[in-house]
Amino acid sequence: MSIKIGHKLYAERIQDGLNNAFMRKAVSSAQGRFRSGRLKAAEELGDWEDWRTLGEEIRSHTMENLDYYLHQLSEQVEKRGGTVFFAETAKEANEYIQEIAKKRQAKKVVKSKSMVTEEIGLNEALEKSGCEVVESDLGEWILQLDEDPPSHIVTPALHKNKEQIRETFRKKKGYTGSDDPVELAAFAREQLRQDFLEADIGVTGCNFAVAESGAITLVTNEGNARMVTSLPDTQISVMGMERIVPTWEDLEVVVSLLTRAAVGQKLTSYITALTGTRLEDEVDGPEDFHLVIVDNGRSKILGTEFQSALHCIRCAACINACPVYRHVGGHSYGSIYPGPIGAVLTPLLDGYDDHKDLPYASTLCAACTEACPVKIPLHEHLIRHREIIVEREKMTTKAEKMMMMGFAKWASTPAAYKLSTKMARTTLKPWTKEEYIEKGPGPMKGWTEQRDFPAPSKERFRDWYQKREQRSDQ
Amino acid sequence: MKVSLFITCLCDTFTPDVGKDTVELLERFGCEVDFPAGQTCCGQPAYNSGYKSESIKAMKQMIKAFEQAEYVVGPSGSCVHMLKEYPKVLADEPEWAKRARKLADKTFELTQFLVDVLKVEDVGSTFTGTATYHPSCHMTRLLGVKDAPRILLENVKGLNLIELPMKEDCCGFGGTFAVKNSHISGQMVQEKAEHIEETKADYLIGGDMGCVMNMGGRLRRNGQEVKFLHIAQVLNTQ
Repeated sequence: MSIKIGHKLYAERIQDGLNNAFMRKAVSSAQGRFRSGRLKAAEELGDWEDWRTLGEEIRSHTMENLDYYLHQLSEQVEKRGGTVFFAETAKEANEYIQEIAKKRQAKKVVKSKSMVTEEIGLNEALEKSGCEVVESDLGEWILQLDEDPPSHIVTPALHKNKEQIRETFRKKKGYTGSDDPVELAAFAREQLRQDFLEADIGVTGCNFAVAESGAITLVTNEGNARMVTSLPDTQISVMGMERIVPTWEDLEVVVSLLTRAAVGQKLTSYITALTGTRLEDEVDGPEDFHLVIVDNGRSKILGTEFQSALHCIRCAACINACPVYRHVGGHSYGSIYPGPIGAVLTPLLDGYDDHKDLPYASTLCAACTEACPVKIPLHEHLIRHREIIVEREKMTTKAEKMMMMGFAKWASTPAAYKLSTKMARTTLKPWTKEEYIEKGPGPMKGWTEQRDFPAPSKERFRDWYQKREQRSDQ
Repeated sequence: MKVSLFITCLCDTFTPDVGKDTVELLERFGCEVDFPAGQTCCGQPAYNSGYKSESIKAMKQMIKAFEQAEYVVGPSGSCVHMLKEYPKVLADEPEWAKRARKLADKTFELTQFLVDVLKVEDVGSTFTGTATYHPSCHMTRLLGVKDAPRILLENVKGLNLIELPMKEDCCGFGGTFAVKNSHISGQMVQEKAEHIEETKADYLIGGDMGCVMNMGGRLRRNGQEVKFLHIAQVLNTQ
């Protein structure tokens, strides 16, 4: 995998999403649950807005001083027996990890959930090197068995139901049980246990690295990350270079925001902090620990108007609040990062060429901005992207450009505005029936495909007002 | 109090009644209302589509048109919010940004002006019927006007207000989104139409004509018999 998923064009992907009634129902109900969970958890915490402000301040301070904290983090990790590798590109990150696998003669790698490893395409890279890679987060494992690309950054299997999961287990793993979730989970646990025991390397992501101590923290509900980091002798944690907090105190704030915003939980079942390699008096933990810090386009965002996109703590609250996501689903975005944050991040990390439609996949309703626990102005970033697409990249159609130039002339020339609004009713007359247009011409087509358009009024407001003024003058 | 009406291009062209009701409502509470004829469109269709330099041309025209106004009041949260964004958009042109700031500071959405400035909570109107209210996204999330429409509607005699399920969800209008991404927009407004149906209300009330036209157009397309109105039309009854 890389950031981009598949080769279908935006319009095709959207149509696929809209036509998938099953997925839409599943996504809509999951969104409903997460959304009410988030609102309830925020209310229970109290002072939610103050927490958000604090979260924003921590993230903003960290990005402003990222070089300092990365330096501190790497010093601390090395002090505790770990090795730090800064990867400028996905390729560099993968090559480094492949090299470790080769040295350890690794045959099997178990992973806990990590979006950045999806971003760099680590699984494919390791498979190319002859390793078997097993995802151990239940949702990710289902997707891996199903060969389904990511469509959500927190709850990867939200678009599937238990019957589908049973089918997947049957086909790929010879499962013979029922579609009872408890039985399904027990089967997954039994299968994965063997993988944990056999694995040579454990790979994790990193929710937040704590700079002051060099700890890697993982926020999970299944306990699989604990197995990944305690059984294999070699542990590799991969993090985006912005996934860092200065202190344990800061961690408390961002984790409190993360679990509540993501799934409406006060805390997840496991919040794991791992610091360095196994010490002599310890019974578990890796002999060998590597922290791979991935840039892959992030440093280009620093210092730009999009810097706050790096504040993201990957909670998916914006995805769960987005009405567009609800109807089209995650695969429609064609990126491993879907939804509003995906529409902001994807063009920044992977360019506009393949992703120029994403910033327009929003009504700018700002439900995302409102939901974001660290106050990223997501809808404003989408407008900035649109400006760049139009003014710098010049990726819009000539017809649209002409129309907008016409708009500028119209709206800045009162005489033109007055004349055209006066003529509007007559101009649209051929398409008007009973004061409505049901099948409009040209740019109106998109509108009337979905709903009726009212005919312009016989008398504009300004005509009424003028007459009223004249009457009162007499 | 002198108030200049910001009619919005939609209400000017499609629903002049909303403008008349706005004028009469403001006059009911002692405002002297004028209508600067140089006003056109706030520029939002271009701005939200990424055509910043085109939108700035509209913005400058609006700044000029309302330069003399004491207060500017408009029957749309979305268009009023656009006016309030002008200083930010024009930040590179300090002179214009200054003039834009003046405009932004004296501009209010209608219900916001009634409740926050005129301190009116009961307009003394009667409207008999069962209705549901859609709180538009820009009005609530961007302009921060959440309570004023509800307060005013709750005090209208005879009005039985039913809460709209998932009311915070966008209706799918989104300006040019409704045309550019019409298929997604259609599904969003369909979901909204179904929620409206669930309330069994006779009237759908909204505070933004763009959203009302979108929802109303879909209700009509579906053959649903719900009548749709702008909040000014409900408030300006006797």
